[in-house]
Amino acid sequence: MILARIVGTVVATRKDPRLVSSKLLVARPMDPHGKAEGSYLVAVDTVDAGVGETVLIVSGSSARMASGMKDCPIDAAIVGIVDTVDVVAGD
Amino acid sequence: MQLAIVIGDVVVTRKDENLTGVKLLVLQPIAADGSKAGRTLVAVDAAGAGVGETVFFVRGKEASFPFYPTEVPADAGIVGIVDHWDLG
Repeated sequence: MILARIVGTVVATRKDPRLVSSKLLVARPMDPHGKAEGSYLVAVDTVDAGVGETVLIVSGSSARMASGMKDCPIDAAIVGIVDTVDVVAGD
Repeated sequence: MQLAIVIGDVVVTRKDENLTGVKLLVLQPIAADGSKAGRTLVAVDAAGAGVGETVFFVRGKEASFPFYPTEVPADAGIVGIVDHWDLG
């Protein structure tokens, strides 16, 4: 999984029927220290996350294991809202 | 599988119900010489690992297999703690 910060929302009217009523958010991956890295991605929100929050994103086929996402055409799902990240000094 | 060093942990209160009770750790993948190799990531722990330990982990849906039949939504999971390793 990766850590990311929610930076926006996506509105899509015409979409796969299995995505109807799914909330889509734009996320910017970041390292454990909060520094942005990599490119933006769109993820389905399953935990009521909001803009500005740090979240845990699961990618690939595992994203379909998120709550309510069985058989949905997704490859990234937000599965947790991060409270804290503790990293040992020097890393 | 890949080798990595556990460099931290993540506290997540609001999460997918199938992640309840699962420990989340921050990994730094390492190369054969022990140097950093690639970006850090968060993995579920199925081996009882802790910060500072060298571990090996799987990527993909297989990360959730140790928790079967619970469908833990994870794409990276620690499956072993490395005692020692060498390159012959």
